[in-house]
Amino acid sequence: MSQKLDAVDAASLRSDIPDFRPGDTVKVHVNIIEGTRSRVQIFQGIVLGRQGDGVRETFRVRKLSFQVGVERVFPVHSPVIDKIEIVSRGDVRRAKLYYVRDRVGKRAKIREKREDQ
Amino acid sequence: MRNTKGLLGTKLGMTQVWDENNKLIPVTVVEVGTNVVTQLRSQEKDGYSAVQIAYGQIDPRKVNKPESGHFKAAGVTPRRYLAEIRTDDAANYEVGQELTAEIFEVGSVVDVVGTSKGKGFAGVMKRHNFQGVSASHGAHRNHRKPGSIGQSSTPGHVFKGKRMAGRMGTDRVTVQNLAIQAVDLERGLILVKGAVPGAKGRIVFVRNAVKGGSK
Repeated sequence: MSQKLDAVDAASLRSDIPDFRPGDTVKVHVNIIEGTRSRVQIFQGIVLGRQGDGVRETFRVRKLSFQVGVERVFPVHSPVIDKIEIVSRGDVRRAKLYYVRDRVGKRAKIREKREDQ
Repeated sequence: MRNTKGLLGTKLGMTQVWDENNKLIPVTVVEVGTNVVTQLRSQEKDGYSAVQIAYGQIDPRKVNKPESGHFKAAGVTPRRYLAEIRTDDAANYEVGQELTAEIFEVGSVVDVVGTSKGKGFAGVMKRHNFQGVSASHGAHRNHRKPGSIGQSSTPGHVFKGKRMAGRMGTDRVTVQNLAIQAVDLERGLILVKGAVPGAKGRIVFVRNAVKGGSK
């Protein structure tokens, strides 16, 4: 029964999404349709976490906009997403980085993962 | 009367799809597979006009003699479920005809009939949406009680049909005017926008909407 549901979900799943993890800094290219015109807006920030599974999976991106924290949740397989670019990999020890919200300035920075490890 | 068309199916569960405007739509997947016409009722012979349809796999050894005879008369292999659809255009069908999901168009509106999930013995707040009693202000251990259930020595008894606690669920429930989001003929699936009564794997009946629906 659930296998038949998976077949329905398979049509919505995207294969062009890169493998990104909590702590990574990403650029999410979002398609925005204004009337008849469509343009791409970039939302760049830190991935706070991923939630859910399969077609329902979402991820949360946090950025600072004029010193105000802004978070946006995207479905991973949403057709609204043009593409996801990974700017840098973060070195973190949690799956959900909600502690970042309570920190400002240098303390809110996430260490970059060293490649030679 | 009207021309009703319908199919029996199995509720597979809920998921989500994106529509052409990139909106996320919650859908229930109903597997209708192939339904087969087993009998026709006519005004002259039965006093009403209807189509009898059958659906679902069953081991032929489990079918009793009268029923297997009924399927044999229709010239089809035995099915698990039978249902009758009252419709004026029964003459347009023929016995043994196979019906698939293609009778429903994408965007059309349907009603779905099913048996709701059983909730067991439920109190009045869950079963009849009573308000209950205050959480504070001296309320003592009666937060979820119904309160008074009637008057005093006149009438001297509780009226029949008074809503009280009891068995809830496992009722026949119809949800009207659900839009068809997609039809998958290859797999025999219908994607209905919104929720449908009953548990996964239970039988449901999908028919074109009784009421006009929007547009």
